[in-house]
Amino acid sequence: MSILILAEHDNKTIKSATLNTIGAASQIGGDIHVLVAGANCDAVAQEAAQIAGVTKVIKADAASLEHPIAENIAPILVDLASNYSHILAPATTFGKNILPRAAALLDTQQISDIIAVESADTFKRPVYAGNAIATVKSSDAIKLITVRGTTFDAAATSGGSASIEDYNAPEATNLTTFVKAELSVSERPELTAAKIVVSGGRGVGSEENFAIIEKLADKLGAAIGASRAAVDAGYVPNDYQVGQTGKIVAPDLYIAIGISGAIQHLAGMKGSKTIVAINKDADAPIFAIADYGLVADLFDAVPELTEKL
Amino acid sequence: MKILVPIKRVVDFNVKIHVKSNGSGVDLANVKMSINPFDEIAVEEAIRLKESGKASEVIIVTIGPEKAQEQIRSAMAMGADRGILVKTDAPIDLAGVEPLAVAKTLKALIEKEKPDLVIMGKQSIDDDFSQTGQMLAALLGWAQGTFASKLDINDGKIHVTREIDGGLETLELSSPAIITTDLRLNEPRYAKLPDIMKAKKKQLDIIEPPDLGVDYTPRLEIISVNEPPVRKGGIKVDSVDALIDKLRNEAKVI
Ligand SMILES: Cc1cc2nc3c(=O)[nH]c(=O)nc-3n(C[C@H](O)[C@H](O)[C@H](O)COP(=O)(O)OP(=O)(O)OC[C@H]3O[C@@H](n4cnc5c(N)ncnc54)[C@H](O)[C@@H]3O)c2cc1C
Repeated sequence: MSILILAEHDNKTIKSATLNTIGAASQIGGDIHVLVAGANCDAVAQEAAQIAGVTKVIKADAASLEHPIAENIAPILVDLASNYSHILAPATTFGKNILPRAAALLDTQQISDIIAVESADTFKRPVYAGNAIATVKSSDAIKLITVRGTTFDAAATSGGSASIEDYNAPEATNLTTFVKAELSVSERPELTAAKIVVSGGRGVGSEENFAIIEKLADKLGAAIGASRAAVDAGYVPNDYQVGQTGKIVAPDLYIAIGISGAIQHLAGMKGSKTIVAINKDADAPIFAIADYGLVADLFDAVPELTEKL
Repeated sequence: MKILVPIKRVVDFNVKIHVKSNGSGVDLANVKMSINPFDEIAVEEAIRLKESGKASEVIIVTIGPEKAQEQIRSAMAMGADRGILVKTDAPIDLAGVEPLAVAKTLKALIEKEKPDLVIMGKQSIDDDFSQTGQMLAALLGWAQGTFASKLDINDGKIHVTREIDGGLETLELSSPAIITTDLRLNEPRYAKLPDIMKAKKKQLDIIEPPDLGVDYTPRLEIISVNEPPVRKGGIKVDSVDALIDKLRNEAKVI
């Protein structure tokens, strides 16, 4: 068995979700190869070669691969597929965009967002916003899988000494061209990898009020998350959304502030180790899953908490 | 411009689902069913393109049971022109019609209907696969703009802004293309009563999967469907001081 991992990166460094995906691959077992497709991405290939458990890095370095456009990356996966029993990508917007395109070209039914490896062909995945867990067995010759990062340990970033092989990427299709990206810049830890996450919901009330959440997050060295309602209302950017259809987080500590606890929100954070809820409604559903609940007005409780920490 | 909008009949997002005790799936008897919320956003976007004069016709298609006509009628009440039901008694939530089979079905229909644009949901809230749009784009060899929060179509150019993990990304797609919707694309309208009445008279064709030559045999066997581990609730603390004490000395997370 050989497993190919599609690495997520920004042409400079590997994104941490890739390491968790390699963690999942090592549970399946077999040789682990990593595809680094990018432009001027040699540093990424070098970094990938150091990851524990990786035996080969395939580097597709071409100007047309500067941005991860599915139409250009999927054909590479298809071309390489016959050498592999499994192809894995992180279940991030990167992996979710690209892998199904390759799966269809390979006439394979992809298995999305796995949370456990039962055997080489059987996996667990959440369905219905995590309110049910399906155990599925694939009959496809090659298994294409996206991996939920929070449920697999990250592979160590050192200890490997893989060879790096160049791959000549086919010419880019003209189907899709990159126009621009507006990326959030933040000094705070990355939301899906943070040890502490402080999230605000509709109860926070406005973009200005979110400063209360930011101050607490800064005190704790935490990442900031939000409910869909807070994103829809424009308090914070879309990439803060935690939930079934946003990001999945599982920090050591998750503090939900002014969030009611809709199932779609819980789907994204109920794997957290310790959950704190601050809400003025004692009946809010979030209290049913919180380890520590504080029934209080957030405009009093959060500044007090920030000050006393 | 002709727009095709594939939709799915799913458990309403407000329903708390129950896993069957024999582990075979989720109990769908007598629960409220709706259009998948992301698909409703797709319907809305297509109708807006028609209202702005950019689209000429909006066609709804769904693959599902006889009763999925209800969801097609709802989309027509919002303003879509006609509908197609690909009727199957196979389950459509789990262990039945999988994304790859849906994509193949849609491809066959697209070859007949020849739309210029397909707008569909990024994910259905039952199986949570998030694959069908990408697969359809692959099978057709079309461009894909997934997780869209903004769609601009001018002079035949398609610009799509996508919600990605790091923020937003804008791509230019060649036409025809597949768009999958994210939550911020628009807020779907509520159908008005006269439009609900009018929708009853709109054209709705029913076809069978064999007419399209697609095989619905699942590739994924469902071994079991189980309840997730339950997280038991904890305690309420009565002050910020008590909370800090618990976090420091009991949970030891700060
Ligand atoms: C298809 C679909 C996908 C979705 N995906 C997601 C998702 O990924 N993530 C997500 O989060 N949601 C998602 N949702 C939305 C979800 O259903 C809820 O609508 C949303 O999570 C509610 O956000 P909220 O808790 O901030 O707002 P509300 O439910 O309005 O709750 C606000 C809370 O704030 C409290 N509050 C108000 N003022 C104060 C105060 N001064 N002090 C203390 N507490 C206060 C209130 O008591 C209330 O409990 C999705 C919905 C659909 C249909």
